[in-house]
Amino acid sequence: MRNLARNCLGGLLLMLLSGVAMAGTGRILMVRSPQMFPETMITLQNTIRKFGYKISRVQRVDIGLTKSGYKTDRYRVVFFGKAGEVRKIANRYPQLAAYLPMKISLFAEGRETIVLAADPMMLTRVVDAQALRPILRRWSSDLQKILEIVRKSDD
Amino acid sequence: MKRLVLLGMLLFPLPLVAGNATGKVLYDQNCAVCHGYDGHGGVGVPLALPAFLSTVSNDFLFSTIRNGRPGRVMPAFRNLSDRQISAIVRYIRSWQPGSEPRDSAVTIRGDMIRGGKLFKKYCASCHGDRAQGSPGTGVTFSRPRNLPIMAPALNNSGFLKAASNAMLLRTITQGRKGTPMPSAASMGLKQKDIHDIIAWLRHFEKRHASRKQEKESPVIVQESSYDLKTTVNNVKQAARGKNFRIIRVQYLDQGLVEPGKEDRRKVIIYFCNFNLLNKALALDPRVGLFLPCRVTVIEHKGRVKVVSINPTMLSHLFNNEELDRMCKEMKQTYMEIIEEATL
Ligand code: HEC
Ligand code: HEC
Repeated sequence: MRNLARNCLGGLLLMLLSGVAMAGTGRILMVRSPQMFPETMITLQNTIRKFGYKISRVQRVDIGLTKSGYKTDRYRVVFFGKAGEVRKIANRYPQLAAYLPMKISLFAEGRETIVLAADPMMLTRVVDAQALRPILRRWSSDLQKILEIVRKSDD
Repeated sequence: MKRLVLLGMLLFPLPLVAGNATGKVLYDQNCAVCHGYDGHGGVGVPLALPAFLSTVSNDFLFSTIRNGRPGRVMPAFRNLSDRQISAIVRYIRSWQPGSEPRDSAVTIRGDMIRGGKLFKKYCASCHGDRAQGSPGTGVTFSRPRNLPIMAPALNNSGFLKAASNAMLLRTITQGRKGTPMPSAASMGLKQKDIHDIIAWLRHFEKRHASRKQEKESPVIVQESSYDLKTTVNNVKQAARGKNFRIIRVQYLDQGLVEPGKEDRRKVIIYFCNFNLLNKALALDPRVGLFLPCRVTVIEHKGRVKVVSINPTMLSHLFNNEELDRMCKEMKQTYMEIIEEATL
């Protein structure tokens, strides 16, 4: 009972409070983390894992730029997914492979960090199959929850 | 359970009791990502400056939030109710209570042609020849830039709709202290000059300003006439031929499955031109989400397919017209590389 109550309450709170900014056409999900870059990176990776995804790689965009002589603050892209899901989607809809695995990019802005991702629902514009919708919807909802946790990481 | 219901009742009416608390929650969710929690700016311009708040009305703020600025990053918040937008406006206003100026009707009788010339002389260095605004975003300081704050687009339909003549007159007369925006007096401009400039700015309202909705697919797909291995090599060679550096070749599920268990029929090729990457990030730091460049080669039911994102959707995704040209060029490059690798 306790658990149920807590879950309902959690869901309720999420409904009320989750409002990850949907910029423009509603296909970019974006939040400002109140934490600095290294802390945000840790929170983000832990949260992604808590949602059952595996992080496959972190692309260090800033390192490449700096090595080539350009000035930039810290900028990384985190790739993640569930092997089974990624494989299934890529096998069934190879045209979606360009967007797999999922990714979230983050860059420092002073003492805070901007974190963003493309909403997977936009892929319905490539393939609009009933069989695909539930998984895209879940990815989208997981992404929004992950970003919301990152946004609130100071509380 | 009783406690849950009670809490539910307490929580549900929250958005209806519109006060500053709601305004803050909504602002933090929707605006802080670009304008900062305290309105200091970021990807967006600063909103908390006294020189800004004392020159714009609540109607200006409301209209700006509702309609956004098409093609200039600032989104239109069509999903928020009037009440929610008003709550956000009240919250922004609470940073500088009592700062709202009284907007009286001002009729502009100016010489548009002369105004255009004055604009080019006094304003274009920052706002651009056609008042299209300076490139880049807000005050993002993660990379070097010319102006500490980007100069907004003044030919923008969203801006012109929100801005009353009184607001324009006031802003140009007073400038914005604490930003690069100078006062008219400091530029040696008289009242008549300002009216002429406003008349010229207003003529942009008659332009067809609506951005066409993007119809193109978010992906580029091309079938290859070669086998997987040859196609991958071809992509690498074609990318190199276009002055890209190959930075990584990996299996699609590499890192997701145990080493050695990867699906070898799905290969990603990453390539980059750091000069291009740097330029793109300076226009909009968010595009790094789709960079460096990437092409994926897949063997599927005995056929080899090459897929990539379609870069032209980026400018729409980010509501940033500045990206239009670069994205078109990028698409061209992708197409050429993919064609060279597959035909
Ligand atoms: C040195 C650069 C510079 C010059 C020159 C300049 N501006 Fe600006 N202007 C700015 C910046 C930067 C802002 C944004 C200020 C802010 O963030 O509040 C701005 C803001 C404005 C705004 C308000 C826009 C908005 O979105 O609220 C108007 C109107 C404007 N300028 C008109 C003019 C006109 C007309 C001239 C020429 C007479 C001019 N400016 C000259 C840099 C400049
Ligand atoms: C994706 C980033 C982004 C988000 C999210 C965003 N803005 Fe903006 N906003 C901008 C940018 C960039 C500009 C300047 C546009 C220009 O050049 O004309 C701007 C301009 C504005 C202006 C006009 C400022 C001026 O000087 O005239 C107001 C007011 C404003 N935003 C309020 C808001 C509010 C309130 C929200 C949330 C409901 C919000 N914005 C969400 C990026 C954003």
